[in-house]
Amino acid sequence: MQAAVFTNLALGLVLAPLLSGIINRTKAAVAGRKGQPLLQAYFDIYKNLRKGAVYSTTASWLFRAGPVVGLAAAVAALCIVPASGSAAALAFAGDLVLFAYVLGLARFFTVLAALDTGSSFEGMGASREVFFAALAEPALLAGLATVARKTGTLSLTEMISTASANSPELVLVLAALGIVFLCENCRIPFDDPTTHLELTMIHEVMVLDHSGPDFAFIQYGAALKAWVLGSLIVGILLPAFSSSRPLMLACFVGAMFLLAVTVGLIESGMARLRLLRVPQLLAAASALSVFAFMLVVR
Amino acid sequence: MIEFIEILLMLLILFDLALLGVSRLKTCITISSLQGMLLGIFTVLAHTQGLTLRIALIAAAAFVLKGFLFPRLLGRSIREASVSLELEPYIGYIPSVIAGLALLGASLWLGAKLPLSSAIGIPLVVPAALMTFFTGLFLIIARKNALTQCLGYIIVENGIYIIGVASVVEIPMLVELGILLDASVAVLVMGVAIYHINREFDHIETDRLDTLKG
Repeated sequence: MQAAVFTNLALGLVLAPLLSGIINRTKAAVAGRKGQPLLQAYFDIYKNLRKGAVYSTTASWLFRAGPVVGLAAAVAALCIVPASGSAAALAFAGDLVLFAYVLGLARFFTVLAALDTGSSFEGMGASREVFFAALAEPALLAGLATVARKTGTLSLTEMISTASANSPELVLVLAALGIVFLCENCRIPFDDPTTHLELTMIHEVMVLDHSGPDFAFIQYGAALKAWVLGSLIVGILLPAFSSSRPLMLACFVGAMFLLAVTVGLIESGMARLRLLRVPQLLAAASALSVFAFMLVVR
Repeated sequence: MIEFIEILLMLLILFDLALLGVSRLKTCITISSLQGMLLGIFTVLAHTQGLTLRIALIAAAAFVLKGFLFPRLLGRSIREASVSLELEPYIGYIPSVIAGLALLGASLWLGAKLPLSSAIGIPLVVPAALMTFFTGLFLIIARKNALTQCLGYIIVENGIYIIGVASVVEIPMLVELGILLDASVAVLVMGVAIYHINREFDHIETDRLDTLKG
């Protein structure tokens, strides 16, 4: 039991940055390019960790706290989400609310740090981030509430071990969570992670002033967040079908990589949405979740 | 089989929500056409035990009329009247979706209250019918474009059709055929009317047509 918990944590901590590598390699393969190395995210984090940080004279302790709190919250979220068919490190009734708001805390501090720089440009990014997050959160919470109601438990560990995607309500929830996954991890169609163009940036713009180890923390935190949300989706999609640990672990990691490939394919297939359209897509995700919730409570 | 029908009805409701959130007229027409095809399939599935020639004909008529003829006619009116392709809502798309969810809640509540639901045996039929009905009415009220009035009418008719097919089998089929015919004539007349309105006034916005009243 303990061993399973530690393997899951270690797996998340080690493999999280690999997801972005897989997404980028998929995009490169579709475009007929060779692409960056699979481990590029690790290299970037390592490079940034070795550098020194530069702080603006207007920035206060909030600016320094942002990356640290963000990374801590991401690790906390990793502890709450169960993976590969075994229990989470931190499981209790109602932990799904903690999960949603640990992610919320990370966002809150990133936004505060962005506002603290005193740059109007980062303020604009923070404003967009908060706006989209406000629309994505109902989708996440209503989706989790649906699964909770369907499985009759309030703990993510038990929810995920009993849920399987064979009911239509859970398919709706999965679709909504998929959209939330793309939005929260600033992937296309919400945000283009490769641009540095002022007017299209949402998440990226908030962290422009961070440098060195701070930026490494942010990159690693973002990777962990993607891993956590991904394992939530994979957990609901993939029931615990076998009691063999190695098999479940292999299936879980395979499913996560498959998720990354899917994201890569989505990104190759479509363009970023116009900023005005983004709320519409998020509203659609919320509508899916709420519809699923209505179906399970009726 | 009931699970399969339920999934079909969920898809119908999803199409309703999509209709409320979509901003392009052509997408709306495509969605209504898909909904029409689903209705044809639904007719067959709801009567797998006693599938008679009559029911098969009704299903085929619904499939062809709602899935192909109406969208084709609406598409033609768009081309001929060169209607603007945006819907120009009175109520924005996101508020529309929220209103749609509220209507869905009301439909589920009403569906649970009505004795009709238990008579049919498939719990989602009445809510899906009511939701489709409300969506149609909402589209008629909340969009400016005259073509959406026509589209809303088709959606309302879809709602009536669901409940008609699922609840009673024999006589109302005749009534249903009558309504189908009515609807197709209405779409045809509306197409011509829209063409003429457009030629006369250079637009088909209902709020501006409102001022014509003496």
